[in-house]
Amino acid sequence: MISFENLILITLLSPLLVCLLTPLLSSRTILRDILGPLGGIISSWGAIQLMASILNGEQPRLELLQIAEGISISFVVTPLGAIFGLVASVLWIFAAIYSVGYMRGNKEKNQTRFYIFYAMAVHAALCIAYAGDLLTLFIFYEVLTFSTYPLVTHKQNEMAQKAGRLYMSILVGTSVILLLPAIIWVWVVTGSLEMSQNGVLDGRMNPEYAPYLLAMFVFGIGKAALMPIHKWLPAAMVAPTPVSALLHAVAVVKAGVFTMLLILTNVFGIDFLSKTGASNWLVWLASFTLLTTSIIAIYKDDIKARLAYSTISQLSYITLGGALASSMATQGATLHIITHAAGKITLFFVAGAIYVGAKMSKISELNGHGKSMPLIFLAFFVGSLSIIGVPPMGGSWSKFFLMLGAAESGYITVIAVFCISTILNAYYLMEIPARAFFFKKEREVKIKIPILITIPTLITCFLTILLFFFIEPFENLTSIMVNKL
Amino acid sequence: MTDILIKNLPILVVLCPLMMSLIVVLIPNIFLSSLLTFASTFVAFIFSILLYQEVQIHSTISYALGNWAPPIGIEYVIDKVSIIPIIIITLIGFLTTIFSSKVMPDEINETSISKVYSLWLLAIAGLIGLVTTGDAFNLFVFLEISSLASVALVAMGAQKDKQALVAAYNYLIIGAVGATLYVIGVGLLYGITGTLNMADLSERVVDLKNNKALIAGFGFMIVGIMVKAAIFPMHIWLPKAYAYAPSAVSVLLAATATKASLYILARILFSVFDIADNLIINTLSYVILPLSIIAMFAGTIMAIYEKDIKRLLAHSSVAQIGYITLAFAIGTKASVAAGFIHVFNHALIKGALFMAITSISFYIQKRVTLSNLSGLGRAMPITFFCFVICSLSLAGLPLTAGFISKLYLIKASISADGLWIAILILFSSALSVIYLWKMIEALWLQQPKKEIIIKENPKIYTSLLIITFLNIYFGLDASFVVDSSIEAAEKLVGVSK
Repeated sequence: MISFENLILITLLSPLLVCLLTPLLSSRTILRDILGPLGGIISSWGAIQLMASILNGEQPRLELLQIAEGISISFVVTPLGAIFGLVASVLWIFAAIYSVGYMRGNKEKNQTRFYIFYAMAVHAALCIAYAGDLLTLFIFYEVLTFSTYPLVTHKQNEMAQKAGRLYMSILVGTSVILLLPAIIWVWVVTGSLEMSQNGVLDGRMNPEYAPYLLAMFVFGIGKAALMPIHKWLPAAMVAPTPVSALLHAVAVVKAGVFTMLLILTNVFGIDFLSKTGASNWLVWLASFTLLTTSIIAIYKDDIKARLAYSTISQLSYITLGGALASSMATQGATLHIITHAAGKITLFFVAGAIYVGAKMSKISELNGHGKSMPLIFLAFFVGSLSIIGVPPMGGSWSKFFLMLGAAESGYITVIAVFCISTILNAYYLMEIPARAFFFKKEREVKIKIPILITIPTLITCFLTILLFFFIEPFENLTSIMVNKL
Repeated sequence: MTDILIKNLPILVVLCPLMMSLIVVLIPNIFLSSLLTFASTFVAFIFSILLYQEVQIHSTISYALGNWAPPIGIEYVIDKVSIIPIIIITLIGFLTTIFSSKVMPDEINETSISKVYSLWLLAIAGLIGLVTTGDAFNLFVFLEISSLASVALVAMGAQKDKQALVAAYNYLIIGAVGATLYVIGVGLLYGITGTLNMADLSERVVDLKNNKALIAGFGFMIVGIMVKAAIFPMHIWLPKAYAYAPSAVSVLLAATATKASLYILARILFSVFDIADNLIINTLSYVILPLSIIAMFAGTIMAIYEKDIKRLLAHSSVAQIGYITLAFAIGTKASVAAGFIHVFNHALIKGALFMAITSISFYIQKRVTLSNLSGLGRAMPITFFCFVICSLSLAGLPLTAGFISKLYLIKASISADGLWIAILILFSSALSVIYLWKMIEALWLQQPKKEIIIKENPKIYTSLLIITFLNIYFGLDASFVVDSSIEAAEKLVGVSK
């Protein structure tokens, strides 16, 4: 039996090891390209073991380094973190395979550098998932931003540089100016940087200030992409598609909403929030973002841009779920991290496949190509159904819980918001398979999709269906999280 | 033998470079003079470590110069406060001396090198003396020794660029005004208290509340020191002096000179006078606090629009000094500790950045401006790596020394109910990312105008690597810096505050 400390180390260090070994193997491309999926498998194995231990009622923790008195780098596996860690590591396997297919199929330059920072970003995301205190969380939040910068600017042209600047200035700016002082504020109020399952602020902080502290957190966590700090996400779409798929649909943005949920539940605490109503304003801001970005998505013709706005809207579901401050909504928000990740990564994989296979990136160009790429568009269709929340796809569970949660905390309007956004989702996502299958083909295009792209796409698509039937362990985890078990 | 050595350490640490400077000037051989300089800075560094251990045991060491008992004679005081700047000055002095051995002959004529080293040691001796002495007038003497030596060092830059003469002249005049103001203040205080010993002064000023002469004397002293510490708006001598001094000299001055004056400022504010006194409270909150905040932003904004890299870093120093004085101005134990943490870390950061830029200008044999940085990152990976790490440290990124400073500074200002100050600090440090990023982008992303092949020299990058390593080390294990700064703050403002 491996001790929990080692298990955490294995899970966290395997991506870091990949990152360090990749440059040594830069001339042996086959070995280099196997490293990523291999690291993903080891890391996911660790993440699964950690999740199992949480289900057994244990709490793995690891003290890594003491910087000064009261400041340390430590890791604790919480139910929420176990879920995010699992999502990031499992999807990394498929994204790593996919990126090999994509980078080769597209003949991209600087592939070694790409894989180095790709693994680095996954490492940072996993460290965020298992962060044991607020400072560790902040440190790896920044590491994640910096490690994704070379990926966003991968093409190294003017547009990439401009997008990279926007990306950095929003993410680093908000986190340094707002998130850091918010964390230190909590430190000053509670006397430590630790978090706890029921929040640490109750009885220690004047409820009058709570909304302001919450606002500093909400706008400090730029990665959660709430309006008006969402602009970096569409800008980041200049990156190669595997980056958009794993990082800007899973690791980076999920790190954002994960942090948001962690702050809402483990720093403020659901009870404290519902008692003081500190998060009421956030409910409305998240609802507003959710609807507005859905509408913007309709007008985007670029596939990746549309998916980016759809992602922002889906992230707001999660923030909204946390802000509703009821146990049911929190469960729904947590489940949405998993189901949305599986669905959205599939959609991005498809977007990349179409780009590599047919060099098309606009929705209006897709007319009638469904028959030449049937599997790819089928995967898109299934992924969209999951995002929309249609059974038997995983996405239906999280939406169901979110709606129950809205009812539980008495926000009837929010239920209406969910319904309207579902219709909008269906409208802008279904347009793509509809054009592909039912419209008339305008021009012939030679299509060649590498097998390393098709397979991971189909697997993640299959995962969205699996999630519908095997949601139970995750639901149990969320129940532990909100003290139901 | 060892007993005598230990007993006389407080004076030896000053005498070692001071005496050596007199010997070095007589030695025409370059190699020998740089070796002697190296040896004496190394010995001074060892002495300061020994002193640190002594201070851990005895907490305060008082040394009566020439056995004339204080307060009549001149007293040297080493306590938990003054040991911090002593360690900084000797450590940086030692590292920059290694660094200078290769860079110096490039900019200075062979015949003047031993003179430069003599001045170099004199400046270091002056700075160490400045922080060890417990006598207000002796402090003035050391202040002048270090200033005049630095002025002459800056003027040596004229062998490469004539502008150095103007810079040195500015430095001389403004520095002399500052020193004069300080000595007028000391004179006034001496007139009403009849003592020059700082410990003695602090006991006697208690009875003189609201004495007009006392207030005037205090004002003169503070303004004089503020000039030396380059606190906005008395900083105007600094950017030019740092920019046109010979490269190795800018490294030394940027990392140490203002730090010593900042220490003196803290000493006068908190130890000679009392923090509970209305005079000090008003000075802190109506003079130093607003000036620090303006400095934070003015320095950063000037740096953003600056093209010449050495001057850019000098402007950034003005902003960083703003953080330190801001920490002093908040006036709680935690904030003064944060100020000292940043004094230490900023010396490491700025020293390293100036070293990196100096190495670059040595390699390309040109003044370093933003436009001729293009694409150099690939040609000199080691220097570039160190530069990036230290820039991140300056911006206060986690796992670097700079982050520890920011963390404690923010924490101190939030616990003193100054959330808005915390936000302003962070806002200005986010702005500082702009100029750092501009340099990194130029080094890394832009294409070089023509192919450049550079072979990095181990004699140059060794000390750069050491100081970069220290930047990371003190970000990962900050307990030494943090603990000694907190002890210093306790000594200055009292345990309870």
